[in-house]
Amino acid sequence: MNEMSLKPNDFGTDQEVRWCPGCGDYAILKAMKTVLADIGRSPDEIVFVAGIGCAARFPYYLSTYGFHTIHGRAAAVATGVKLANPDLDVWVVGGDGDFMSIGGNHTLHALRRNVDLNLLLFNNAIYGLTKGQYSPTSPIGTRSPSTPGGSVEAPVNPVRFALGAGAKFVARAADTLQTHLPEVLKRAHANKGASFVEILQNCLVYNDGAFGAINDRSQSHEATVRLEHGSPMIFGKEEDKGLVFNNQTGAFEVANLADLESEDALAIHDETNLDRAWALAQLDQPEFPVPLGVIYAESAAEFIEARGFSGTKSKWDRDSLKALL
Amino acid sequence: MNDTVIAPEAPGAAKASPLVVRFAGDSGDGIQLAGYEFAKSTADAKSDFMTLPDYPAEIRAPIGTLFGVSAFQIQFGADEVLTPGDRADVLVAFNPAALVTNLQNLKTGGVLIVDESHFDARGLKKAKLETNPLEDGMLDGVQVITVDVIKRTLEALDHLGLGRKPAMRAKNFWVLGLVYWMFGRPLDITRDWLNTKFKKTPEVAEANITALKAGHAYGETMEIAAFPNLAAPRIAKHKRKSRIISGTQAMALGLAAVAALGKRDIVYCSYPITPASTLLHALTRFKGGVRTFQAEDEIASISAALGASFAGSLGVTASSGPGLALKTEAMGLGVAVELPLLVIDVQRGGPSTGMPTKPEQSDLTMAIHGRHGEAPLPVLAPATPDDCFWIMIEAARIAIETMTPVIILTDAYLANAASDWQLPDIDSVSDIDWPRLMPDGEDFQPFSRDPETLARPWAVPGTPGHAHRIGGLEKAQGSGHISYDPANHEEMTRLRAEKVLKVADRLPPIELEDGAREGDILIIGWGSTHGSITQAVKELNAEGKRVAHVHLRHLWPLPRGLDELIKRFPRAVTAELNTGQLSSILRSEYLAPLETISQVNGQPFYVSDLKSEITKRLEAPLP
Repeated sequence: MNEMSLKPNDFGTDQEVRWCPGCGDYAILKAMKTVLADIGRSPDEIVFVAGIGCAARFPYYLSTYGFHTIHGRAAAVATGVKLANPDLDVWVVGGDGDFMSIGGNHTLHALRRNVDLNLLLFNNAIYGLTKGQYSPTSPIGTRSPSTPGGSVEAPVNPVRFALGAGAKFVARAADTLQTHLPEVLKRAHANKGASFVEILQNCLVYNDGAFGAINDRSQSHEATVRLEHGSPMIFGKEEDKGLVFNNQTGAFEVANLADLESEDALAIHDETNLDRAWALAQLDQPEFPVPLGVIYAESAAEFIEARGFSGTKSKWDRDSLKALL
Repeated sequence: MNDTVIAPEAPGAAKASPLVVRFAGDSGDGIQLAGYEFAKSTADAKSDFMTLPDYPAEIRAPIGTLFGVSAFQIQFGADEVLTPGDRADVLVAFNPAALVTNLQNLKTGGVLIVDESHFDARGLKKAKLETNPLEDGMLDGVQVITVDVIKRTLEALDHLGLGRKPAMRAKNFWVLGLVYWMFGRPLDITRDWLNTKFKKTPEVAEANITALKAGHAYGETMEIAAFPNLAAPRIAKHKRKSRIISGTQAMALGLAAVAALGKRDIVYCSYPITPASTLLHALTRFKGGVRTFQAEDEIASISAALGASFAGSLGVTASSGPGLALKTEAMGLGVAVELPLLVIDVQRGGPSTGMPTKPEQSDLTMAIHGRHGEAPLPVLAPATPDDCFWIMIEAARIAIETMTPVIILTDAYLANAASDWQLPDIDSVSDIDWPRLMPDGEDFQPFSRDPETLARPWAVPGTPGHAHRIGGLEKAQGSGHISYDPANHEEMTRLRAEKVLKVADRLPPIELEDGAREGDILIIGWGSTHGSITQAVKELNAEGKRVAHVHLRHLWPLPRGLDELIKRFPRAVTAELNTGQLSSILRSEYLAPLETISQVNGQPFYVSDLKSEITKRLEAPLP
């Protein structure tokens, strides 16, 4: 579509980026610029919609159309953008407060309706912009200004939330993994429907190291398993470990490849298997590697298309009105 | 009790004054349906009319209970009819509960048709009656026609062999047949409609038509006095075609007109709420022009509408009071980012769930002032079902020209009230211009302003060279970049307010309604009370009083010249279905000593009540 062949930096703006130095959001912004350049669509045909929070400042730093809206409502605003002009590429950016707390309802409905939006949840498991309160994804025991004795609430698992909502594309990535993250974002973009990506993002100031080794590039391969459709689930720096699915317990188990009779015993990732996706979503450190990549993907009717709306041209005119009167 | 028939004098036989008929029964009795059919036959008889459904929030309340009563009222006459009427000349009560709750709506000396089949111990108990009103003197002073409608309907349908329950369902058509007889109405319109409606179940059509005919024949056989057929010359003179329309239907067609005049689909997003939902139903049936979206909640609906406006459609949302409250944060965003948006509030009795099916004008202050921060926006209110059509077009023009959200205040009465509607001449209406941008966006400034309207440009995603970012954070005048500069915030706050006030420059000058030019008192109304106030003022002036009437369609900004107009009269009184919200706004804007005629009983004004309130004020010493 775009003849000029833009480079990642062409997607930046003249606005001074206002995130704290070292914030994971910088890495996500960098990956996004790479992705937009690779996709190759004109910035004039792309819209970023965000709610409120640190993550939600994202649109100001991209040379596309952007709408910084109100807390939690970005998915609803973005749905309206698509209703008016289904031809636009629409990305929705928010944090765990935006997506899982104040806007949880809109996340649920955008996903179940399968509106063609790319929904990026920057999960840092803390409220940053309001100075460090615990969030709906903070683990039990999180000490924060509003929970000085440690939080007591069970956190929500965003991937399971999305699967439960009926999402047809659910993925997970991490901010610092600059080869992996862009690939996941491109897959999300290619999916026609609601694409949900949880991006584990480090908040240096209020929740540093919340995801342990996952987004530490030197240790990440030990702490995560990179999912690839049709391939065995192998992980570890030396690719020496894998996941096996125990049919008797209905649960995944970690195995040393050396202990296996053959690699055939390893579980093969099947994106279209909802039950396996549900099981994968729950795997967590330290017992298991955290699955990254496309956890679940299935094609389904897209909402705007199913409603019969297309383009921006109206077939409605004075004669249509007269016929109605 | 035996069927007893009193031959009443025909009220209205001597003079051609309008008549009011009211149907009341269980919400499952088909009251609204019978009423609507009667309205159709009234239109066919070339009478002018206005109707009002008065129904409970409960869908199917337990049969026979006081809170389950649904009513439908129509006023019709040879002259212009502006309201559904005060008290009825004829009341049809389908059961004891309907009788008890609606007897107050019947004129002294009026005709009461009552189905006596439910006046047994059980029926009386459900209506919380200790004695039988048909015997205990409650009905003294009205002319009673008692009929065992169920028995009569069953007899009439006996040969069809439907069984008791299905046959009983036709009783509303039996009663309608009787009422048709009384007003000399032919049966063919309703008969044809039944045949079309029940094409796939002809036995149902046959049962209802049989009942309709039987009711009609009963009137003839029992020599129940017929009323004069009130032909209305005004309607006969219509050049263009007309149809029956409610405020909601008119609004829906008005939005379809916005799409046609702007040659662009509009995006309508809402969450179901009484009494606004019917607008979504109406719009969804259109074959184009409006993209409808039933959102997950009120907040999502206005957010999606605003997103649609950002992307280049006109976003429209509607709700009622509680929903408007939920939408206020997003309206603040709409004001901040300066995007066009229509927000329709079908007001109902509040606060909270209040009286969901009953009209009230109590969201005026919220519409004008109810947002965080300094967030002014235009507020409009249609006066009649016809105006509901035109105000959509006007509101869309204001929103687009000014780049602002606009609130349109209607209410449960105006939404449901129906009247005869002369179809608009669309060819005489000019296009709605969508702003066009030059393709060169090199120095595009999203918050630059039109010197005349102060509106910013509307560059929509997909426009080459105009990519820009907007948001709720304060923006620098011109560039639109985030700005916390104190002087800029001051300037932007004032610009946003001035932009809205400037809308008044483009409005026609304020004018008095027909009636006295000068006088002893000015009545100030707004919104759905137009018909009642107009009628009251007309009658008072005919009686030799000097009463003037001004009706506000624009509540914010207030029309130019209103201040001077108010001060020309020794007395100025607002008449509103709240405790004086417009009064208080006008007092604070103009420092004028206004009084208020206030009513908050969930009903439109009675003309008679308005007349006595106005007379009282005319007789009181000047302040």
